[in-house]
Amino acid sequence: MGRQLVIRLLQSILSLLGMSLLIFVLVRLSGDPVDLMRTSTTTEADLANIRAQWGLDKSYPEQYWTFVSGIVRGDLGTSLIQRRPVTTMIGEALPNSLSLAGLAFVIGIGLAVVLGVLAATNRDSWLDNGVKFLAILGQALPGFWVGIVAIYVFSVYWHLLPTSGVGDPSHYVLPVLTLAFFLMPGMMRLVRSSMLDVLGSEYVKLARIKGLPEQTVIWKHALRNALIAPLTAAGAIFASLITGAVILETVFAWPGVGRLMVTAVSGRDFPVVQGITLMVAVVVLAVNLLVDITYAYVDPRIRL
Amino acid sequence: MDVAVGLPELVAEEVRESRPARRWDVFLQPNFLLPALVLVVLVTCALFAGQVAPYDPLQTSLTARLQPPAFAGGTSAHLLGTDKLGRDVLSRIIWGARVSLSVSLLVILITATIGTTLGIVGGYLGGFMDALLMRITDVSLAFPGILIALLLAVTMGPSFTTVVLAVSLLGWAPYARLIRGEVLKLRNADFVLQARIIGCSPLRIMATHIFPNVVNPLLILSTISVGLVILVESALSYLGAGIPPPTATWGSMVSDGRGLIDTAWWISFFPGMAIGMVVLAGNYLGDWLRDRLDPRLRQI
Repeated sequence: MGRQLVIRLLQSILSLLGMSLLIFVLVRLSGDPVDLMRTSTTTEADLANIRAQWGLDKSYPEQYWTFVSGIVRGDLGTSLIQRRPVTTMIGEALPNSLSLAGLAFVIGIGLAVVLGVLAATNRDSWLDNGVKFLAILGQALPGFWVGIVAIYVFSVYWHLLPTSGVGDPSHYVLPVLTLAFFLMPGMMRLVRSSMLDVLGSEYVKLARIKGLPEQTVIWKHALRNALIAPLTAAGAIFASLITGAVILETVFAWPGVGRLMVTAVSGRDFPVVQGITLMVAVVVLAVNLLVDITYAYVDPRIRL
Repeated sequence: MDVAVGLPELVAEEVRESRPARRWDVFLQPNFLLPALVLVVLVTCALFAGQVAPYDPLQTSLTARLQPPAFAGGTSAHLLGTDKLGRDVLSRIIWGARVSLSVSLLVILITATIGTTLGIVGGYLGGFMDALLMRITDVSLAFPGILIALLLAVTMGPSFTTVVLAVSLLGWAPYARLIRGEVLKLRNADFVLQARIIGCSPLRIMATHIFPNVVNPLLILSTISVGLVILVESALSYLGAGIPPPTATWGSMVSDGRGLIDTAWWISFFPGMAIGMVVLAGNYLGDWLRDRLDPRLRQI
């Protein structure tokens, strides 16, 4: 397994290089990124200065090398608008995003597993149909809209919860639950179908024949194996967690990385957008590597 | 084509002939009729927006600002109310259909073409090419595409082209993976081997022998993608990285109403409902199509 681990690690590093190249090309797709800074008061000399300062007067391979070696040193450039290092800005916003996404992840996935198992064990019941309906809604309704409707119902109409921003724990309720609602459907469907497969298997029959209580059979024997298949989708679920966080942080004025990114887009602050995209690329690849290793560990039949 | 593929169709034909009355039943199910109706309305609105919409979507009116919908205390002049510039919400939704539909059709055309080509080439040729393509596909599937779209919006500036490009850039990956999986099952089928024996070039085999056999899954995934693309496009518009104002798009309409949610809920509510209904219709139609054409593909 050691050799395969090394190969898999090398593949991830290659993928990261590919991602960085893609980002590098996309940023330069429109030509000169410094053009974005042109205002009525800038002169050509100013722009040339900035170009020299950022090394944009060098050849593309040289620029790419500077870009990549900067990433390795943890240097993601400087914001055009705030004139501060991008890493500092991400560092300030990251805890907010992590608490929002972390809570939503625990609640969303926890609910998805419980509801998925209940739907599978009570097939075609009202519960199963209700769960299916919830999944269909979660996959069809736009997240930003559900967030706004939730604000209208719980904050404007019933005055129960704050509309947006951070503060006391009540500020967490709406953003966390909305994000959890969007994380749930995919996982729920996977757990349900995987659980149905496992429930028909020989060892579940054996556990029942042994006379084990049905609850033990379902939650201990069956669920453990039923969770292996959905693990392959963990990467995709992680991607949708990030997408959801970007959108809902904007809806709820949550000062996280996602909102930082969206604000940077409207100000055309490309170093910030580029830095966040890169950071997410690193995290995504690391998570996927981790998922693959976990997968090989929990299911020894799988090779990396 | 040949026997291997022709046979199931023959059997299906016999079953249908023994029960001729049931032939059109599949089209009379609510699973088909309701989503099809929604999509017909969408296409009509998109094609004939100028004739269907009661007002010009960009026409502002200071005297008719923030009018509530007709059933919530407003007048029948503005069925779904007006926004903060006095623009008619219903008319803007109808014109917004044009944006949603044209973006999703273009994106699906681009992504399906790229994804299918890569999937067939990778699956049939195999080897290093296939391994590389699948590696790229995996990374594309795991990466949150909205970030790449935002990055493009910054560098190219928000426009119709940017949106289509941004959504297509990673959107081909699901097609590539699905089609490759199908091609792996076909590459050693008798009719492919026979074609190879009589000396068909790989290009000919891929284009005329393999491609026709992946059309069904391709059609199913494309139908399901309509909703997905509309969701992504509206999210980009909501975040200010979509087609820039004053063009009416559903996502930017929801965004316009965000700040007025305590006084004028209808500005956000109705465009969001439009998105939800169209996505729901696309998903249901995709499911229906899958059950008709290829029930094996439950997982997409």
